[in-house]
Amino acid sequence: MARKKRDVPGINSSSTADIAFMLLIFFLITTSMDTDRGLARRLPPPPESEEQKDDIIIKERNILQVKINKDDNLMVNGEVNFDIRQLKDKAKEFISNPTDDPNMPEKHKKTLPFFGDVMITEKHVISVQNDVGTSYEAYIQVQNELVAAYNELRNELANSQFGKAFAECSDEEKEAIIDYYPQKISEAEPKKYGGK
Amino acid sequence: MGKFNKTGKKGMPELNTSSLPDLIFTMLFFFMIVTTMREVTLKVQFKVPQATELEKLEKKSLVSFIYIGKPMPEFQKKMGTSDRIQLNDKFSESNEVQDYIYQERENMKEEDKPFMTVSLKVDAKTKMGIVQEVKQALRQAYALKINYSATQRQ
Repeated sequence: MARKKRDVPGINSSSTADIAFMLLIFFLITTSMDTDRGLARRLPPPPESEEQKDDIIIKERNILQVKINKDDNLMVNGEVNFDIRQLKDKAKEFISNPTDDPNMPEKHKKTLPFFGDVMITEKHVISVQNDVGTSYEAYIQVQNELVAAYNELRNELANSQFGKAFAECSDEEKEAIIDYYPQKISEAEPKKYGGK
Repeated sequence: MGKFNKTGKKGMPELNTSSLPDLIFTMLFFFMIVTTMREVTLKVQFKVPQATELEKLEKKSLVSFIYIGKPMPEFQKKMGTSDRIQLNDKFSESNEVQDYIYQERENMKEEDKPFMTVSLKVDAKTKMGIVQEVKQALRQAYALKINYSATQRQ
């Protein structure tokens, strides 16, 4: 007796699309594309003790003071009502000190890979001070301009030295450029000035 | 003439949908990979400022968030309309920030601890006083890597 060959019935898959659609819609709704961006900053470590606070004396020519008052007005090195659009150029000039101005940060000799012996303004500090009443928006704008100044300087240096943008340099090249223009933005303790 | 025969019924040929599930699955996988679930329910409203020199926040597992802004309308009766700090799911004071950081750090893998980053999502209209307090607390907690959240300005 020959047995009849029996076919395995195929599973009806017409509803897979519906199931997949439901999952798809769920993930579509819960998804939030990776849009987290921001200004990266490093805070100074907490002061060890109260006395130690003031023992770092910085020469006046090495410091660029940026103060923001409660009305979001800028004061840069004593110049009141400073326009934020000029801050980047001011900072760039201050950091690089191209003319060796005695009022700008002093230069020190340093040996760097790729560059050899160079004179750089190693000891410069940009001090940002804000009032308690300063708006966060103004604070971020100032920070942004200062970071932009550093980024532009590094980019210019990368272009003249390696002939490419800073972002395209290798890690060693980047490191050398960062040593050339170290980012020194100090976030001083808040002070209350200029009224309440 | 058979060549121009109009008698045979043509009709629209049926569209083959057998590969539709595959298409949908591809899209599904894409969204499954890029999705990141929001872990906290926001209780404060904030609109982060705009800036140009932004860096991307890498590895989500290394990042802790601190939100500062006005309470959502439904909480305003209880909490008032002044700026508040939100840690995890609740309103907090600035002196709780330090404990929050320690707690977050405890939950991390040992090798990840030095790379901990704190992302500050702060409303643009916030006064710096409260931000400054948080920053001091972060310094005390040795959470020195921070990131001021902002959106790209065109």
